[in-house]
Amino acid sequence: MSKMDQEPFVKLEGVKKIFKVGDKEFLAVQDVTLDVREGELVSIVGPSGCGKSTILSILSELHPATEGKVQIGNEMSPFTPGKDIGMVFQKALLLKWRTISDNVLLPAEILGLPIKESRERARDLIEMVGLGKFADAFPQQLSGGMQQRASIARALVHDPRLILMDEPFGALDALTRERMNLELLRIWKESRKTILFVTHGIQEAVFLGSQVAVMTSGPARMAAHFDIDLPEPRTLDVKTTEKFGAYTKEIYHLLGMD
Amino acid sequence: MTGRGYLYAVAAHVGFILFWQLMVIVADVPSYILPSPLETIAEITDSSYNWWTHTWVTTLEIFGGYTMAIVVGVALAVLFVWVPGLNASLMPLLVTLNMVPKVAMAPLFIIWFSYGIVPNMIIAFTICFFPIVLTTYRGLVEVEPDLINLVKALKANRWQIFIKIQLPGSLPYLFSGMKVAAILAVAGAVVGEFIASEKGLGNFLLIQQNALNTSAMMMALLLITAIGMALYGFVIALEYIFITRKGIKT
Repeated sequence: MSKMDQEPFVKLEGVKKIFKVGDKEFLAVQDVTLDVREGELVSIVGPSGCGKSTILSILSELHPATEGKVQIGNEMSPFTPGKDIGMVFQKALLLKWRTISDNVLLPAEILGLPIKESRERARDLIEMVGLGKFADAFPQQLSGGMQQRASIARALVHDPRLILMDEPFGALDALTRERMNLELLRIWKESRKTILFVTHGIQEAVFLGSQVAVMTSGPARMAAHFDIDLPEPRTLDVKTTEKFGAYTKEIYHLLGMD
Repeated sequence: MTGRGYLYAVAAHVGFILFWQLMVIVADVPSYILPSPLETIAEITDSSYNWWTHTWVTTLEIFGGYTMAIVVGVALAVLFVWVPGLNASLMPLLVTLNMVPKVAMAPLFIIWFSYGIVPNMIIAFTICFFPIVLTTYRGLVEVEPDLINLVKALKANRWQIFIKIQLPGSLPYLFSGMKVAAILAVAGAVVGEFIASEKGLGNFLLIQQNALNTSAMMMALLLITAIGMALYGFVIALEYIFITRKGIKT
């Protein structure tokens, strides 16, 4: 798939965000330019305070951009705000009083989707993320990794076109995190969603993304981005290749960490 | 609690009663100072005391005041969340009012509301409604900001956020307030009866005190405790159904 064959699904051009607190203004992020094709998984990597999450909040329309162009959807795939956004955060943020299947159903309830079909879809998704046995369990009974799987199912239940993930595996232990990376790739393949994946893990960013956008802080801006040319489907073996090493090295360098 | 836990709990209670009985016998305490458990329980058979009328009146006052406190307390907490500025202005006032010793206000209540079942309900209400407002309000506002972002990205309206997230999320807080309030409601109703009343176990206690009828007083005390425990047990049962069973930590 070359970049030329279609209009990007997400297009950000010279996006800048300034927050105002009282009389004071502070720059949250600038120079954000990014094209994401439909069905692509793009990583955004950078240190804390570089404005990664701000980009997601602009895309989810929680905060409007101060400057620049933000466009989601194209002629082939129109985008409906609200309905077409699924979000996953670092915390699973499941409702403690709801079972896993009722938690997954929450977006469908909010959007007023037909409940019977949504229930079936929720059940299939819970199966897909490997929680089939736990559909009627409460979140407290599940491990952190399992809770995060449930929150991924929740982000998919209303069949959105764009999934925004904000450091979704940041709170998990290293081994669970690797396993979740593989799971995410599998889920991505099965669901064919466009995913924006924000992380501060450089290896994670390179391993998952077909593109990696690198953010730096002070001032917060998008400094560079790479097309990641690694064999598909990605397996853990990829991490031991020379190319993988070269990509991560270059990003470390960009972040001034070598 | 585990099976063994329940056993220990029952054993402690039985042990306490046995100790009480033994102490009275061994130390030969006169029964007008401390009647034995057996003497105390025996009073229940004396129909001239009108136990059931007194117990019923006190129960009404406690449950009535308590229910009022929950309804008004939750409604006020919801208002604080919904009406901008109300919390900033009224919450400090509420905290100040909470500092006023409610028990000391009881004599004023008699002037304002006269005496009887309803005035005593009001005393129970005033004394136990603060913890309900404070805990419920806290529960309503303590929501993960990212959870709000998640549903706002789905264009959830304020009502949906309230009904699906804030209100159910505040339940564990409400229950902790309700447990504190249950204990206060019992104290409130009895204090009300002390100040002025014609019926109720608090009134009964004062009358029997004049006659130095200690065993009847102890029996009244047991009945008040029983009402309080019934109320507390009811709250714990509800809490189990809505909270504990689901593994939610409070």
